[in-house]
Amino acid sequence: MTEKRRGIWYIYGILIFITLWYIAAILADLPIIPNPWIVMMNLLNIFMSKILIHGFYSLWRIMAGVFLAVIIGVPVGLCMGYFVKWDNALSPIVYLTYPIPKIALLPILMLLLGLGELSKIVMIFLIIIFQVIVAVRDGVKSIPKETYYPLYSLGANYIDIFREILIPASFPQFLTSVRVAMATAISVLFFTETFGTEYGMGYFIMDAWMRVNYLEMYSGIVVLSSIGLILFGLIDYLDRRICHWQYK
Amino acid sequence: MIQIKNLNVNYEAGGERYAALKDINLELAAGETCAIIGPSGCGKSTLLKVLAGIIKKYDGVVEINGQPITPSQQRIGFIPQNYGLLPWKNVWENIRLGVKIKNKKNNDDLEGLDFLIQQLGLAGLENRYPGELSGGQQQRVALARSFLLKPDLLLMDEPFSALDAMTREEIQNVFLLAWRKSSVSTILVTHNVEEALYLGQKIVILSGIPGTISQVIDNSLFGVEDIRNHRDFFQLSLELRKMIKEDWSR
Ligand SMILES: Nc1ncnc2c1ncn2[C@@H]1O[C@H](COP(=O)(O)OP(=O)(O)OP(=O)(O)O)[C@@H](O)[C@H]1O
Ligand SMILES: [Mg+2]
Repeated sequence: MTEKRRGIWYIYGILIFITLWYIAAILADLPIIPNPWIVMMNLLNIFMSKILIHGFYSLWRIMAGVFLAVIIGVPVGLCMGYFVKWDNALSPIVYLTYPIPKIALLPILMLLLGLGELSKIVMIFLIIIFQVIVAVRDGVKSIPKETYYPLYSLGANYIDIFREILIPASFPQFLTSVRVAMATAISVLFFTETFGTEYGMGYFIMDAWMRVNYLEMYSGIVVLSSIGLILFGLIDYLDRRICHWQYK
Repeated sequence: MIQIKNLNVNYEAGGERYAALKDINLELAAGETCAIIGPSGCGKSTLLKVLAGIIKKYDGVVEINGQPITPSQQRIGFIPQNYGLLPWKNVWENIRLGVKIKNKKNNDDLEGLDFLIQQLGLAGLENRYPGELSGGQQQRVALARSFLLKPDLLLMDEPFSALDAMTREEIQNVFLLAWRKSSVSTILVTHNVEEALYLGQKIVILSGIPGTISQVIDNSLFGVEDIRNHRDFFQLSLELRKMIKEDWSR
């Protein structure tokens, strides 16, 4: 798909969504489902003055969490995939901790790390890193052994093998894992932002709800959803730029 | 010089150990070309993998210039039967992979690259990925990688198998040209008797499972001008065919 057609594709989806919302608002005719146009107007009015700062906080937390998860998770996953000893040592730990709902650890994290930024970022980090480790490890393990032969016969060292084979080969699975984890991470971010902070989209939405200001609440929801959509689109873009070889 | 003494290779599959190569003895002078012919499954690819340093578990002695096979010390160009291209690298990056890894510091061996691309008929395909190439095109990319590397030992596993008769002759000549320039020791596997006669100073006939050497022939026709029209060429290929037939039916 060309970039232009992809743009149309996005707009098409958004239009359908807004239409459905509009119909629901008309049919229900309740203050809890406001007309999308009124929400958009409100959003335009308060975006710079009220929402922007909260958006930045949310974005910063999620980026920091993802960043940490990637720079730790990718090397660990690569090593587990390539070196049997790493896999034997770490697999049991990963498998036992993987199914634990990380959000249940939030109270503990808040006690240990405080109510501030750190516990929120660590929470997102915990949710994403396991998915990344498992995906990258499995990606490396699924590389056919013949793929390595040209490099072996060239006398390649570990750095060469990581750079030329392991990283590019596991990159598609890595992106998929981040894409899947991102949705969970945003929900969790929302939840963590209802505690111990006065900044972030989670706080903004819950605060508007408490004040029974449905228009502001919806504006917040739209912004948080947009953040998710933009991150999603970013991953999609990386996928098409870096992994286009696999669609050939 | 390449020296193989009492080489035995075993594979393990399904809990069973079986021999793929048995008592292989072979000596190649430096700069010599050697064609290996053998029935499917007799261990030709296995032999090349040993020489390429990919199979490390074997019995016997395998040496290049008196040194055991160590790819990091030697300059080995290996073209596996499946071409060995990396699907995430385009043609240009795939061709450069060899020199990139061997020379570490980049760029000094890129002269000749354009000429090579031209010769092998790859011009215009530089930005494609292996998945967008035909089998024969992939094969030529693999050849380009190995030729650009200027190896001390060139190992080619059925390097022209995916090419049509015309292109095949052309590319065989590209190889001979490159070989004449640098006279690199070459071992190539082929199923084609004429190809063996055209490209091999030595012709090794393998037979049986497990693979053993049944004959080593010194090819008197190698290097003769316009060999395919030479009257002995037809004769010799008939003889060779007969020899192989008898050999493999034993
Ligand atoms: N990785 C492996 N594990 C177990 N057995 C193997 C393995 N690779 C090859 N073999 C077996 O070893 C024998 C030799 O295989 P090899 O690939 O060297 O044959 P070949 O002469 O190259 O055949 P072809 O002409 O079909 O390519 C075959 O019987 C094959 O089944
Ligand atoms: Mg083979």
